[in-house]
Amino acid sequence: MLSRTADHLFWMCRYIERAENTARMLHVNTQLALLPRDAAVHRQSWQAMLRLFELEDDFAARYNDPEPQAVIHFMVRDADNPSSIYACLRACRENARAVRGSLTTELWETINLTWLTLLRDLDEGVLERNPEQFFEWIKRRAHLVRGVTENTMLVDEALHFMRLGSQLERADNMARMLDVRFHEHEALAGGGAPAAQGKALDADAGEFYRWSAILSCVSALEVYRKVYRDVVTPSRVAELLVLNTTLPSSLVALVRGVRESLARVANDRSAETERQAGLLLAELEYGRIEDILRGPGLHRFLTNFLARINHLGTRIGSDFLLPLSA
Amino acid sequence: MSEAVAEKTISERAFNEMLDEGGQVRPHYRAFAQWLAAQPPQAMAARRLEADLNFRRIGITFSMAGDADGTERLIPFDLIPRVIPAAEWRWLDRGLKQRVRALNMFIHDIYHDHDIVRAGIVPPEQVFLNAQYRPEMQDVTVAENIYCHIAGIDLVRANAGEFYVLEDNLRVPSGVSYMLENRKMSMRLMPEMFSRERVAPVAHYPDMLLDNLREVAPRNIDDPTVVVLTPGMYNSAYFEHAFLAQQMGVELVEGKDLFVDQNTVYMRTTRGPQRVDVIYRRVDDDFLDPLTFRGDSALGVPGLLSACRARRITLANAIGTGLADDKSTYLFVPDMIRFYLGEEPILSNVPTWQCSRPKELSHVLAHLPELVVKEVHGAGGYGMLVGPTASRAEIEAFRARIQANPAHYIAQPTLALSTTPTYVESGVAPRHVDLRPYVLCGKEIRTVPGGLCRVALKEGSLVVNSSQGGGTKDTWVLEE
Repeated sequence: MLSRTADHLFWMCRYIERAENTARMLHVNTQLALLPRDAAVHRQSWQAMLRLFELEDDFAARYNDPEPQAVIHFMVRDADNPSSIYACLRACRENARAVRGSLTTELWETINLTWLTLLRDLDEGVLERNPEQFFEWIKRRAHLVRGVTENTMLVDEALHFMRLGSQLERADNMARMLDVRFHEHEALAGGGAPAAQGKALDADAGEFYRWSAILSCVSALEVYRKVYRDVVTPSRVAELLVLNTTLPSSLVALVRGVRESLARVANDRSAETERQAGLLLAELEYGRIEDILRGPGLHRFLTNFLARINHLGTRIGSDFLLPLSA
Repeated sequence: MSEAVAEKTISERAFNEMLDEGGQVRPHYRAFAQWLAAQPPQAMAARRLEADLNFRRIGITFSMAGDADGTERLIPFDLIPRVIPAAEWRWLDRGLKQRVRALNMFIHDIYHDHDIVRAGIVPPEQVFLNAQYRPEMQDVTVAENIYCHIAGIDLVRANAGEFYVLEDNLRVPSGVSYMLENRKMSMRLMPEMFSRERVAPVAHYPDMLLDNLREVAPRNIDDPTVVVLTPGMYNSAYFEHAFLAQQMGVELVEGKDLFVDQNTVYMRTTRGPQRVDVIYRRVDDDFLDPLTFRGDSALGVPGLLSACRARRITLANAIGTGLADDKSTYLFVPDMIRFYLGEEPILSNVPTWQCSRPKELSHVLAHLPELVVKEVHGAGGYGMLVGPTASRAEIEAFRARIQANPAHYIAQPTLALSTTPTYVESGVAPRHVDLRPYVLCGKEIRTVPGGLCRVALKEGSLVVNSSQGGGTKDTWVLEE
């Protein structure tokens, strides 16, 4: 297939994932804001969200306090913020439009209608009236796009580039979210590596809500219960979201998807990219959470993971997506 | 408020496709008129709304030069079809094929032996001084001697109902996607009509187009690679380019996706370069190859012309067809038919005055308020004067432009284009229509029944172009 087409498909999927991820984060934060906690803690969780997207400076340049309304506005409506839901869905739709001939009619119409409905809903103030409903809607549209993709697109190269885009973006988002939340946790616990102690959180209701919020954010709270049948502890949360191969949004499952799709689109330049993906996958597949927490610590582990995932993205770009000359 | 005037407006005088002079429904419209009369107004309003929503969801939009930030507009779709009886279509079809066959022979002749010029039928300056003449194509052989693979011939019906060819579009005629989508929409909104009437299908057009393109591949291989070349997603007809590529199952490429090496054209794919044999190009000649034509073009492919000259690629349409669809060449088409085919033209031209001829110029200048004046190289309904609806000041401004450069203009009588009942704000009213059938030329010449019917939605307007507030209708050719 055309390199340019593959590029548009790849980015189309990254952007819808990013929009969904933003919606999930905002959703959890709005829910957390309903808990009786002091203002500083609330403030911190909005601040953490901006840090996660590496947008603290951008935000500070144009807004005052990271109070909820401002952050939500910035992360949903702000057309100049490339990570806002508006900007992501616009980019998703523009990429889709550029290759609409390579998409099934149903997929194109799903994406187009998502964009048109977003414009209407933002215009009609649905976000302000009922933010939860709005964020739920974004999630459902992203699910719909994935469902329509997997159920109508041919399982060929095009689909594999779309999967690559989705998986890399989700892996990136998941790693960032874990990193920021664990960092927050460690800071609150006064340094050290409390996560490593596998401390039960029932003593601290605030902590419980924080961790369960992370799990709900990635729709994994019930899954956690099912897998562990026990109280929520940070180390298990990390284990589930990083190393559990049966959880579709875990880092290991996503990297496995990346490796599989790479094998399907392989060309004569992509061997090194495949090797690097395979290596990363092996480390996750055979890794143990105790070793990660005791060894590098989760923060360094995730920083390293993010760097490697982004490097894979760059390599995929140069192996497949950038137009090559004769 | 002015009183209703007794004098008939141009729309009332025009031939009404649905009603005869006595106000009776014509036989081929009877089933539709009965059905329409039985529809409650709310049901029709709901259908119109549904059509609008669907077109938006499907994203059948176009953007116009001058629209801020690429605003996308819908071309209004009118629910009331234009209906054509089978016998009338058969006759039109013969006329269209005859005309396009002669036009292709003309282009071939012009880029080879110039017989028609030597025979004194077309003056040499008409050909060789024409801005659309491409000397680079002289003596270049193209597959099957076909230059114009896809033609859109604009037909109008005037006065007592006689058909005229208004324009031949031989470069990159657009609109066929609307023909196809309009049909889908009317089948969706009025399914019962399609079980009552035998409406000739059009949905096989993309398959025909693909067959046609594969037939003209430059080398004899089983599976030639066809692509559609688009200027990109900001082009006003981008929807159509993407649509046709998808329907044919071929790649939609931009200039930057292609490159030429050793006179062979390749596209850049995820698995390396892949050879291309046929390019259905929707990019104008001027932008096709920056090495030969406009050097500032980022839409084209450097070296494409030489690949073409080396017969390593087929461009559809070929470079240089614009010569034959120029409004001053139009005058000669009936003579071309006689010269190349030895036949009398089936379809007539609109009587046309050429302002380059002094006698005709003075006639034109003396009758401007009655005439339609067009730029010879113009397209899209831009740069034209419709005398009867123009203000005195507009007429005088146009007069000055004609006098400054007479050879750039032709004039025609203002034809009262036929009308079809159309939904407008005040209800259903007659609006002027034209018809653009599409003619495909490969090893044989093919059409699909009907074509794109364009309708001028403004009251009294005779300009049907979408850029000038025109809409479209489905066209039903009834089978017997």
